[in-house]
Amino acid sequence: MAKKCSHFPWQHLIGFLLSIVLTLVALWAGLYSGFSMTIIIVIIVTLASVQAIIQLFMFMHMTESSNGKHQTHVMIHSAFIAVILVAGTIWVLSYGFH
Amino acid sequence: MKWDEFFVTGDPFIYAADASIVFTSIGIVFVLTYYKKWKWLWSEWLTTVDHKKIGIMYIIAAVLMLFRGGVDALLMRAQITAPGSEILKSQHYNEIFTTHGTIMIIFMAMPFLIGLINFAVPLQIGARDVAYPYLNAVSFWTFFFGAMLFNISFVIGGSPSAGWTSYVPLAGEELSPGPGQNYYLLGLQIAGIGTLLTGINFLVTILKMRAPGMSIIRMPMFTWSTLITMILIIFAFPVLTVALALMTFDRLFGSHFLTLADGGLPMLWLNLFWIWGHPEVYIVILPAFGIFSEIISTFARKTLFGYKAMVWSMVSIAGLSFIVWVHHFFTMGANAVVNSFFSITTMAIAIPTGVKIFNWLFTLYKGRIKITSAMLWSLAFIPNFTIGGVTGVMLAMAAADYQYHNTYFLVSHFHYVLISGTVFACFAGLYFWYPKMFGHRLNERIGKWSFWLFMIGFNVCFFPMYFLGLDGMPRRIYTYEWADGWFDLNVVATIGAIGMAIGFVLLIYNIYWSFRYAERETTGDPWDGRTLEWSTHTPVPFYNFAIIPEVSGLDAYSRMKRDPAQEKKKEYKPIHMPNYSGKPIFMSVAFFISGFGLVFEWWWMAILGLIGVLAMLLLRSFDYDDGYYVPVDEVERIEKSYE
Ligand code: HEM
Ligand SMILES: [Cu+2]
Repeated sequence: MAKKCSHFPWQHLIGFLLSIVLTLVALWAGLYSGFSMTIIIVIIVTLASVQAIIQLFMFMHMTESSNGKHQTHVMIHSAFIAVILVAGTIWVLSYGFH
Repeated sequence: MKWDEFFVTGDPFIYAADASIVFTSIGIVFVLTYYKKWKWLWSEWLTTVDHKKIGIMYIIAAVLMLFRGGVDALLMRAQITAPGSEILKSQHYNEIFTTHGTIMIIFMAMPFLIGLINFAVPLQIGARDVAYPYLNAVSFWTFFFGAMLFNISFVIGGSPSAGWTSYVPLAGEELSPGPGQNYYLLGLQIAGIGTLLTGINFLVTILKMRAPGMSIIRMPMFTWSTLITMILIIFAFPVLTVALALMTFDRLFGSHFLTLADGGLPMLWLNLFWIWGHPEVYIVILPAFGIFSEIISTFARKTLFGYKAMVWSMVSIAGLSFIVWVHHFFTMGANAVVNSFFSITTMAIAIPTGVKIFNWLFTLYKGRIKITSAMLWSLAFIPNFTIGGVTGVMLAMAAADYQYHNTYFLVSHFHYVLISGTVFACFAGLYFWYPKMFGHRLNERIGKWSFWLFMIGFNVCFFPMYFLGLDGMPRRIYTYEWADGWFDLNVVATIGAIGMAIGFVLLIYNIYWSFRYAERETTGDPWDGRTLEWSTHTPVPFYNFAIIPEVSGLDAYSRMKRDPAQEKKKEYKPIHMPNYSGKPIFMSVAFFISGFGLVFEWWWMAILGLIGVLAMLLLRSFDYDDGYYVPVDEVERIEKSYE
């Protein structure tokens, strides 16, 4: 982008490092923390959401569009799919099986 | 690992394949060297970023894959024609139905359609190339090397044998040890990168690069169907990526996402596979709908009936396609509420599909219909696809599906939709755009013979399978007993398959014959076309349009022809074009090497390949290549040469 004077992609680098750190923390929580299952799941889901937000801003150019219309479209679609995917999977895989 | 484990041994079919691969390769190398074509091949094709050439390469690869998948199919038919025959052993049969299914869907149907999309869509919207030409080359080459990786499995290491759906635990490390299943995972993963990139590329191309005046509701129907398909790809393919990664981790690194033991959840694979898989079947049918719409409207010589209804029905099909996936595993045992929900959403898809069928029929109504080969395939599509759709609704009734599931009834259903939908569309599209691609038409007489043989053969082959299914014949069995009583109908089916094979051979012969003898096509508009691709010269200059056309309504080119006064004085401007690049093919080769290493768990090789991929990404990042300008006098010279 022309408006930035620096050529170096700081945003990407920071986003990348943060993503790696968050993933390592999640891995640690899952493998070595010894917390109870519920807490581990809460931690992992929280870290995943934070990471999704980081990626949206650092890599996905969320703030760079000239008009917000496309962005809104894309976000609504993605939310639709994400809800179907997660809620649908839990619903399908937890009912009727014992 | 010993050499006799590395190469597949002990089967005469495989030795024949080995020999043919070696001879074909030697032949190709010889011809290229003898005619001094290496440089031409490299600089005109392998490094190209031109959407037309990439489209043609996609189609060539897809036809080769159709041949490979077709040979698989004939081998299977040969084996199950009569009870107790021993042409193929059980393991070999399993491998063949697995590679057949995977190749036909992932490496034939999708690439064929993406090839036609590549060729036609930028021309239809009046663009000079796609939004990201370099990325387009990456798409093609990752697809191609993913496909090659999958294909070599049958001579090196052994093929996957757990079905194209690869259900765990069968596809897991314990029950399918060895490289076979890894080929499936890595081949699909690498090719999947290409598909996802195509999705992004064409979404942006269609949204951003339409000629002035072509508002979104003036786009040709094929472009519309492509737009919607690309959205499906963007949302569906990441699910496949994740699912494949989970299974790869389980198999290569000992994780337990999908295993039976240690808290894994095998049903998660089915679930993720079909969350991708059902949209996938629409990814291969929506572009087909688009192709038929173009052809039917062109040869009925009428504007497509119900444009908006066509668009809305595709949008609702696309939306619904994400909430029906459980219909592929009703029998898994979810409770009645879950099954009923998915039963109803599935049946609902039949409504927009029905709307489309009627729109095609109304387009034909009172049209001045011209029967060409392309039109024949399109007309045949309507009744045949309807049979596939109706049996789909039968399968959609969860309770009844307990009876139909995994029988030949299902096999017949999906072949009716995939062959009379997707394959007919690929052939129709090929006949239709062939003159634009290669500067001559395909022969109509041979074309009609090929059509009738294939179409009748198809029905003779697959219609009996509905009854075989109702008689209880399960899918994916390599043999059966006389007492089962399935012999007669299986003989009929095999006869039909031979008919289809002859039809296919005639198609290939037609390509050869027309290349040699067909009259050259110079008008650029052989069918009295309605959309912008027919307004270009034939052969299409590399910049497509010397002057970007202005669009004043639907069927833009028909309008221009009716009202030639509109044609403006020709004032050329320099044309900006992208440079060719060798990096996409090198990067994909690196992917191939890495994938091969992972298949055999040779880590050094996998890492080496990945380093190659990273190196290519790095090189590309510091590549400040902004393309070049074609100067006005050169444009003038090229345009003159067509007069
Ligand atoms: C009216 C529209 C359709 C309906 C209601 C429908 C319904 C179904 C149902 C319920 C099944 C699962 C049956 C079972 O496993 O027992 C199925 C399987 C299948 N359908 Fe369809 N379908 C429709 C259209 C299509 C289209 C357009 C395609 C592709 C072009 C397609 C491709 C497939 C494939 C490939 C399978 C089998 C997958 C496998 O198990 O290997 N269907 N369909
Ligand atoms: Cu489905």
